[in-house]
Amino acid sequence: MVGASRVIWAVGKSLTTRAIKPSSLSVIQAPYRYANKLQSTYTASFDDDKPQFPGTGTKVRFTEKLDFLLPDASPAIPVYRVIDRQGEILDPAQKPELPEDVVLDIYRKMVLLNTLDTIMLNVQRQGRITFYMTSYGEEGTHMGSADVIFGQYREAGVFLWRGFTLDDMMNQCFSTHQDVHKGRMVPINYGSRDINFVSMSSPLATQIPQAAGAAYAMRMSGRSLCVTCYFGDGASSEGDTHAGFNFAATLDCPLLFFCRNNGYAISTPTSEQYRGDGVASRAAGYGISAIRVDGNDVFAVYNVTKAAREVCIKESKPVLIEAMTYRIGDHSTSDDSTTYRTSDEVHQFKRDSPITRLNSYLVKNGLWDTDKETAYREEAKNKVLEAFERAKDRKKPPISALLTDVYDSMPAHLERQAAHMRRHVNRYSEHYPVQDFLDEDSTGR
Amino acid sequence: MAVCGVLLRCGRLSRPLSGRTAALGALLSASGRREASALSYVPETAPSDFGETTKMNLFQSINSAMDVALASDPTAVIFGEDVAFGGVFRCTVGLADKYGKDRVFNTPLCEQGIAGFGIGMAVMGATAIAEIQFADYIFPAFDQIVNEAAKYRYRSGNLFDCGRLTMRAPCGAVGHGALYHSQSPEAFFAHVPGIKVVIPRGPIQAKGLLLACIKDDNPCIFLEPKILYRAAVEHVPVGDYTLPLTSAEVVVEGKDVTMVAWGTQVQVLREVCNMAQEKLGVSCELIDLRTIMPWDSETVIKSVNKTGRLLVAHEAPLTGGFAAEIASTVQSECFLHLEAPVERVCGYDTPFPHIFEPFYMPDKWRCFEAIKKIINY
Repeated sequence: MVGASRVIWAVGKSLTTRAIKPSSLSVIQAPYRYANKLQSTYTASFDDDKPQFPGTGTKVRFTEKLDFLLPDASPAIPVYRVIDRQGEILDPAQKPELPEDVVLDIYRKMVLLNTLDTIMLNVQRQGRITFYMTSYGEEGTHMGSADVIFGQYREAGVFLWRGFTLDDMMNQCFSTHQDVHKGRMVPINYGSRDINFVSMSSPLATQIPQAAGAAYAMRMSGRSLCVTCYFGDGASSEGDTHAGFNFAATLDCPLLFFCRNNGYAISTPTSEQYRGDGVASRAAGYGISAIRVDGNDVFAVYNVTKAAREVCIKESKPVLIEAMTYRIGDHSTSDDSTTYRTSDEVHQFKRDSPITRLNSYLVKNGLWDTDKETAYREEAKNKVLEAFERAKDRKKPPISALLTDVYDSMPAHLERQAAHMRRHVNRYSEHYPVQDFLDEDSTGR
Repeated sequence: MAVCGVLLRCGRLSRPLSGRTAALGALLSASGRREASALSYVPETAPSDFGETTKMNLFQSINSAMDVALASDPTAVIFGEDVAFGGVFRCTVGLADKYGKDRVFNTPLCEQGIAGFGIGMAVMGATAIAEIQFADYIFPAFDQIVNEAAKYRYRSGNLFDCGRLTMRAPCGAVGHGALYHSQSPEAFFAHVPGIKVVIPRGPIQAKGLLLACIKDDNPCIFLEPKILYRAAVEHVPVGDYTLPLTSAEVVVEGKDVTMVAWGTQVQVLREVCNMAQEKLGVSCELIDLRTIMPWDSETVIKSVNKTGRLLVAHEAPLTGGFAAEIASTVQSECFLHLEAPVERVCGYDTPFPHIFEPFYMPDKWRCFEAIKKIINY
């Protein structure tokens, strides 16, 4: 059927060619058919003395007490954790059933990310790339993600965890001709079809209602998968977040909201970002289940993500995870956080991070030691530097890539503009960095 | 201010426009406002190879297009405010019954959500047809459209795209809509590389162009002149057909003056063609641009090279309106062929007024006056 093969590229290339039968389109919810005769949406029965208002549903009761519902009437939502700051598992029943080599892989990936960040920060300071953002302190929030993913910008670990290579990252940061995005975006805006992570963009929170739409399409396709959507505490203030929450709830979208609450939106602390109890407390207002988790505890993050994903898929509804953590690094290379926070504060928080927490656990359980640490850090450094060496002088895409992909095929006016650009650059080539760019090949990419 | 100038010359500023009232009777009701019932819509005939036709007005033809889309594409869905019961303009009547609540559904009242949600569905490969209740309310969705939809394919190196997204919205003057039920926002969107903007002039055009937008692999904004929803009635092909995008159509052939418009204004200029012929002996060539972006400059340039004169008219305000883009291109490409400066007859640079609508609109008298100016240059 026309269009059927297009649905759900994300979950494996082989699945994209499978025809969708109409019956599979509304799987979880039994199709609701409007009767040909109009039916009442509401019924009002004034026989008993209960409120009869469409807006509140049937469980509500009258009261004669004039009591405002105070925002801090309920206790703050607790923070779920598995390992304490000394690396001890508090409740053995909560220990995730992960094989040791997987846990070690999680640790190594976090260290790799940390190493990558340190090197790339310096690469930016040397002027070799235009921009960078580190994930210092938040590596733990990346180590559990599901199915199709929409992100914000500080999710590099999700990419690494799912198989995005250092070369892929370097190519994007250096805008080389091997960048899948063809050199069009600033560094760290990764994306990958292979790992089902939709390319990220700079405007904040725009991905949130998009993730709701993607999750809706996922449900319609009948596949038992969900969409994960990452965003930060700052982005949670955007109108798009409200839109995304509300749409996901009202339209029964299997969507896992993952909020990285790291305490800062550039220089703005959460005390200036919101007045309520974080982001998790808002979920109930939308009819969404929520849980707050220790973002520095990868076991806890794994557990909540796994549990939330099951709910999302089985019950076809959104779930919100608020991962509490701390942004150890600057917001980005354009930021100097010493201008708005003390180094004392940073030092204090640095004592507990996803890496230190898991490290304590691993060492306590004989799975890691200082020798292994030193060796792996060296290995990680070398891997990163090798990838850097490969990318740093690699040519950029052909200059013609400036004008392609605006539409699915190039319209006439862009053909004219492309020809104009070519002529101009040829005439004034000594004033343009043409030598850094790949030659146009004979097929005219 | 051509209208005021004419009034002053006639010295009739303080008296009813007796002579003019009779002439304007065809277009104005007794209350002096343009109303749908008084709009003279000239129905067109569909090409015979489009098959069996039936009488449809504009909202029915749009309904028919979406019916075809949902029948032939199992991933196609329609969503927006109030679409489930049929929509405030009846464009989605019967579709929820026919295709089910999971394919034709209401969303919460949130345009930025509608746009974002639609983009997300399209990214996953589903055909998303989003309705914005009035083009005047599309602005909360502007960020999603401009920063996301338009740039999705480009920024991801063609790894991802939301080409399966079509957003529809009623636009244009309706006689009493005022600031927030009359706007024509095509110029805002024309300025964003990566999306297509399409405006039909009638039912046959609307169904074909809407189906083309739905099938097109680029995010499209389809603006529907709301005054034509009931007023425009034609025999529309019942089957599946498309009309080409980025293809302007010469609706009336002529040799003296080229006139370009879109949507309702094409109907206004049809009358101006007749007036010019009868009163001035001037033969006008009328072009419906159809796709505002990317626009078919070739057809317009070819016509202006023939006639040497151009008039562009639109309801949207003059400054920065799309007529400016056309005029700029034409003066560049047709410079040596031009016999007169390009004339633009547009809404004034004001918000769309309520009681002053008859004076604001680029009506046939302002357009006729502009023709006289072009011819006598």
